[in-house]
Amino acid sequence: MLEFLEFDFMRKAIVALVVLSLGMAPVGCFLVLRRLSLAGEAMSHAAIPGIAVAYSIAGLSVLSMTLGGLIAGLSVALLSTVLARVTLLREDANMATLYLLALAGGIFLLSVRGTAVNLESFLFGNILGLRASTLILIGATTTVTLLVMALILRPLILQTVDPVFARSQSKHTWLISAVFMVLVVLNLIAGFRALGTLMAVGLMIVPATAARYWVDAVTPMLGLAFCFGAGSGLLGLALSYWLSNVPSGPSIVLVCGAVFVVSLLFGRNGLNVLARRA
Amino acid sequence: MRPLLLPLLALLLTTGSLSAADPIKATASFSILADIVERVGGDRVVVSSIVGPDSDAHTYSPTVGDARSVAKADIVFINGLGFEGWIGDLIAASGNDAPVITVTRDIEPLLIDGEADPHAWNDLTNGVAYAAAIKEGLSALDPDNAAVYAANQHAFAKEIDELLARVQPRFAALPQNQRSVVTAHDAFGYFEAQFGLRFLAPVGMNTDAEPSARGLAQLIRQIKAEDIGGLFVENITNPDLVAQIAEETGLDIGGRLYSDALSAQGGPATSYLAMMHHNIATLLSTLSRP
Repeated sequence: MLEFLEFDFMRKAIVALVVLSLGMAPVGCFLVLRRLSLAGEAMSHAAIPGIAVAYSIAGLSVLSMTLGGLIAGLSVALLSTVLARVTLLREDANMATLYLLALAGGIFLLSVRGTAVNLESFLFGNILGLRASTLILIGATTTVTLLVMALILRPLILQTVDPVFARSQSKHTWLISAVFMVLVVLNLIAGFRALGTLMAVGLMIVPATAARYWVDAVTPMLGLAFCFGAGSGLLGLALSYWLSNVPSGPSIVLVCGAVFVVSLLFGRNGLNVLARRA
Repeated sequence: MRPLLLPLLALLLTTGSLSAADPIKATASFSILADIVERVGGDRVVVSSIVGPDSDAHTYSPTVGDARSVAKADIVFINGLGFEGWIGDLIAASGNDAPVITVTRDIEPLLIDGEADPHAWNDLTNGVAYAAAIKEGLSALDPDNAAVYAANQHAFAKEIDELLARVQPRFAALPQNQRSVVTAHDAFGYFEAQFGLRFLAPVGMNTDAEPSARGLAQLIRQIKAEDIGGLFVENITNPDLVAQIAEETGLDIGGRLYSDALSAQGGPATSYLAMMHHNIATLLSTLSRP
């Protein structure tokens, strides 16, 4: 049953999934709590012009394309935080506009250059083919995420649950938002390199949403989201080994989805609430 | 009125048919095919390729510029066998009723799990068949130059025969345990049949399929259990999976094969023959290592 541990690629995938979930769980939970669940998806599109520019300059170099995606994603994230601070509109409206512009710009750049290489297949990795460099990227991202999270956790919680009170306490709450968005983009880029777009966003958001159906306090939600994320990752990977012809990426996201459905049906804050009320 | 009509009609016909000065505008679906069209057409034909060098035709999505290129074409060449699934819509959208030549029409396709393998050009004799289909298409459009196309096709076929005669004995001389190789996707079925090799790959014929953990594990087991002569990456697919296989099995990566597209200018595979030559040389140099 566990004979897949003999394979180096399976051991690497297991380590990557657990470590990645460790960083993605807190980031995903706060995205959900701050009503920015769609920001993950938006960021994955926002990264494209950076990738395109990096590709035009340096060709198919994974390092430069990762950096390019990081810079573009961060610019969109930070710009929407700053605009939310200085203008009337909330963060989500600015982000939606900016990421669409970035996406259109990226596709435009790629088309002008007339390339048909499937850039995504080069930049966005596969969980079964993890390079040592990708593992280092994941480890570094998770370390930074956990350290920064430990530093900003209290103000971040305060700002998430009561933004008006938080603003009355400190003038620098926008800084907390900005740092948080940096973490979001970092984790997504690491996730893209390891898993591909769909799975990276899935592993960040779905376990956090599922966890929210069970608990109300933030700290248990973070723990539960990690368990859901890492658990679905491992189970999805194992299914792709036990059954034949099950591609591992979609398999992992589908297990996440199953956890979500179970949480929705049986969680304390799920559809149960309606049943109890009726 | 009547005396005017005939010359007018004649004028229409002459502008409609091709005058000797204008070259034929041909559009080919991908770089390898475009090169063979160029060989057969010579300077009578200007060829444009929809999917460029180092690019993947399996997952290509056409642009408006491609539709324009197809709309302006006097003749369109496609590979067929489901290789460029997007081409039908593109030709229909262009509104052009220029002849569309499917160059694999006379080829008996290899079947893999009941599905035709589109990578037919990887058999050198099919390369000759491609050129023959192109010659017929061009001659029907431009009968005045049929002799030129026939001569070009003949020269091309002769080069292929020479290449085959040179390399066939070298492949035949390979020992049984040096005949299996691993590539990124299943593109070399025809090559395998022609030279008596065996190609294994973690992903099937189409590049956008995702590998399963079980499939990869089985491949690695197979590589460890059997004698595998070499491991190769391709120009159009992500090398990560092959790199992982190399790490896990201790095999070296023998080089880069050009599977579904030519290399860009300055690369080792800028024409069909250069590509076949490069692939053959890369394989032979790894496989005939003692």
